[in-house]
Amino acid sequence: MNTEQIDRIVVRFAGDSGDGMQLVGDRFTGQAAAFGNDLATFPSYPAEIRAPQGTVHGVSSFQVHFASSDILTPGDAPDVLVAMNPAALRANASDVSVGGVVIVDPDEFTKRNLAKAGYASDPLSDGSLAHLTVHQVTMGALTLGTVSELGLGRKEALRCRNLFALGILSWMYGRPTEVVEDYLREKFAKKPLVAEANILAFRAGWNFGETTEMFAVRYEVPAAALAEGTYRHVSGNAALALGIVAAGWVSGMKVVLGTYPITPASDILHELAKHKNFPVLTIQAEDEISAVGAALGASFGGALGVTTTSGPGLALKSETIGLAVMAELPLLVVDVQRGGPSTGLPTKTEQADLLQAMFGRHGESPVAVVAPSTPADCFDAALEAARIAVTYRTPVILLSDGALANGAEPWRLPVLNELPDIRPDFSTEPNAPDGSGTHWPYVRDDETLARAWAVPGTPGLQHRIGGLEKAADTGAISYDPANHEHMVRLRQQKIAGISVADLDVHDPSPATTQTLILGWGSTYGPIQEACRRLAARGVPVAHAHLRHLNPMPANLDEVIARYERVIVPEMNLGQMALLLRGRGATNLISHTQVTGQPFKAGDLEVAFLAHMEGAAA
Amino acid sequence: MTALDVPAQVEGEQGPVSGLALVPRGPQEQKPADYRSDQEVRWCPGCGDYIILSTVQSMLPALGLQKENLVFVSGIGCSSRFPYYLDTYGMHSIHGRAPAIATGLAVARPDLSVWVITGDGDALSIGGNHLIHALRRNVNITILLFNNRVYGLTKGQYSPTSNQGMVTKSSPLGAPDAPFNPVSLALGAEASFVARALDSDRKGLAEVLVQAAEHRGAALVEIYQNCPIFNNGAFDILKAPGSERHLVKLTPGEPVGLGELDDQGRHSHLVVREGGRLRVATRSEADPGQVLIHDPGDPDPTTAFALSRLSAQDLSHVVTGVFRAVSRPAYDDDVRRQGENASKASPPDLEDLIFDGDVWSVPSPRGARA
Repeated sequence: MNTEQIDRIVVRFAGDSGDGMQLVGDRFTGQAAAFGNDLATFPSYPAEIRAPQGTVHGVSSFQVHFASSDILTPGDAPDVLVAMNPAALRANASDVSVGGVVIVDPDEFTKRNLAKAGYASDPLSDGSLAHLTVHQVTMGALTLGTVSELGLGRKEALRCRNLFALGILSWMYGRPTEVVEDYLREKFAKKPLVAEANILAFRAGWNFGETTEMFAVRYEVPAAALAEGTYRHVSGNAALALGIVAAGWVSGMKVVLGTYPITPASDILHELAKHKNFPVLTIQAEDEISAVGAALGASFGGALGVTTTSGPGLALKSETIGLAVMAELPLLVVDVQRGGPSTGLPTKTEQADLLQAMFGRHGESPVAVVAPSTPADCFDAALEAARIAVTYRTPVILLSDGALANGAEPWRLPVLNELPDIRPDFSTEPNAPDGSGTHWPYVRDDETLARAWAVPGTPGLQHRIGGLEKAADTGAISYDPANHEHMVRLRQQKIAGISVADLDVHDPSPATTQTLILGWGSTYGPIQEACRRLAARGVPVAHAHLRHLNPMPANLDEVIARYERVIVPEMNLGQMALLLRGRGATNLISHTQVTGQPFKAGDLEVAFLAHMEGAAA
Repeated sequence: MTALDVPAQVEGEQGPVSGLALVPRGPQEQKPADYRSDQEVRWCPGCGDYIILSTVQSMLPALGLQKENLVFVSGIGCSSRFPYYLDTYGMHSIHGRAPAIATGLAVARPDLSVWVITGDGDALSIGGNHLIHALRRNVNITILLFNNRVYGLTKGQYSPTSNQGMVTKSSPLGAPDAPFNPVSLALGAEASFVARALDSDRKGLAEVLVQAAEHRGAALVEIYQNCPIFNNGAFDILKAPGSERHLVKLTPGEPVGLGELDDQGRHSHLVVREGGRLRVATRSEADPGQVLIHDPGDPDPTTAFALSRLSAQDLSHVVTGVFRAVSRPAYDDDVRRQGENASKASPPDLEDLIFDGDVWSVPSPRGARA
């Protein structure tokens, strides 16, 4: 048996949505993390919980990219595909890189299953997979044989075959096994028989790899040279939830999450609901409007009000966000974007809520908008959003998306005493400049323009706020035309004046580079990877990535003007490009894709070149 | 007291606990005038809201609280201007959403007495969903529903409590909608405290309001309120001479009666049980064994529901007072209790949380894993 050392590998597990593909993908990821590889993942699952078995609609998959070097994306094409049934093969085979490996269970390729998957002929014998290396492993039968001694029913026993597949892959790539077995014991602590069956199936898969002569080579992907630090592997939604807990911690404020279940944001609720030992309260509200209302009510009481949702929910929350703009209270609104409009593609990714976040309210209603760029970055972005919300007494919309939410990568854990101090500085004394001894809730800080914030329970500072226009300083109801003009401009000025970091540009040769790629949000990985590949081909391109979408960094216009052309890739029809053109940029090329899938680095590499050549011609 | 050092939990779980149990008391005794804000009251002359406002300002001192620990949250509509006229904390929010906002506030701040001011359009039309869920959850808030059976602020369209057939600008041929009975709705939504009062009955209203504020959980008080502009006299039958024939005032432990009083102070008519229903009977025809004795603490809401429907929309027999006052866990107490227990079992530590699970270290540029 040969062992070959390779730098990176992309593995995709695919099966029915009830086959446990997300579980084994997640475990394989955990193994790569424990081994010290850099990694990125891309789960993909149907909107239906259990779509008809054996059909292409019901196929669920999980792709893991792990490497001995720094990687940025889940990989464009899988090198190895594990397909549990014909439908999984049909849905995924065309993605596999030429010469790639496919592992299938031939017993699943019955006439009936082939028909359900829509195959006219058997792909295992009709030559259509000739460009791939196909391994036929009777995973179901081998699993049954292994676990039969435990006396499980056939159906329950067959459920373990995903672990058999994981066992083969674990053997093939020399992955650590203890992390899987420990996980199974913990997960099935109340069902020791099921735990044992899964562990047996996993070991049987490993032993199958070890003893069969089917696989000519074993591969080794050495640990990656990551930057110094302590790491764990984290998904975007988990990192976002932890960022919210941390924001409560460093602000000294109770976190109150008001939310309503919606794909792909619900995992943030699930994660936060696990951490009630912190000052974190979760309210599963009756609807999206109530959810944001509860968050705002909590903010009024001096808590950090948070609501989490996806595009359809953001639409429902817009009136309440407008109230928060008028009431000038902190409110963190997380929108995990998915394909739209309407119900759209609930489990797929898109960046098409940018303009909704910016402008999707009636009246002049400015809010701050921030976007994380990688799954682990969701932690920092949540903290940054909370900093802005509390410091400036404003709603902040955090635009994550489906790819970030479910994707995972190693997270270099923060140094806790370096987290920002975002305490709210509540008012405790009357502030009326007329010496009346009363509290004027709309007296502002000269620098931040944040209003004085007195929370209920503070003696002597009783006041009323609400959605009606406020008189400057006193906060009394005002219908005065000049006051409205003043307040509309003031609210805009407050958001425009939020202090945000300058835009960093990654430019391999600043003297000569003529092209800048300017992205935002989850496209960071594929854009950066495409830029690296171009640099390796001797085509230098610069990359800058926006975190602050409103306000944008102060140096942005200068950065854009530095380059002959600025390519703006987005998973929408050019919403960021529209905003940038509104700032006066005339050298933009909008590059868009709305497939519900993240950009592939290879596609971007080709597109950037084409745009550069097209522009040069 | 600030948001950061609030008491977390109700002490002693035996028997009903006051809705104000965690709200600081005293030290200063307060007077009705202390609750008046500096804002000029701007309802139409003759509006029932004036009497309700002055009744609330008069009864608040009886709660023994400090005014900084009260919060009035309202939605949109004429009645929702109410918070501006009270010198407490307040939020005039958006249409229908006050119960949702109050829920978040009550969960975050058990040291506050949280009130919702709403109207028939605000609570029952655009905000109907929030109302029923606040009642179902039993959030510790006190909801005053001003029911004038019409939209006032938008100038006179029919509302979800308007009489069917009512002619308004939006229903020149008569409103086709069947109305809600707010008390029936609240009982159906599992409310633990439901009452009804008349704007003109200051004493009855004040009594009910004190009980509502002291109820732990969601308390709904429907207040019949006259709109002199768009639905004037809608409740006159309950205020004019002879109203005693239409008005039933509930007193716990007492027979439920109405009509003229005899020289022994007994009502001419009584509410009796008959064939699984309630019926109004003359004292002479009433079977003494079937006369309804009011029990607001009855865990079964069936009788309260029947009382709420003693007459339909026509006000021929209107029941006022407390229909139902039962003790069950308040949502916000439970939410906080979960947190308290979790934090006792596992004291919060951000480092433990972040550095949880499969963690590995990279010590040097080309390091090995831990």
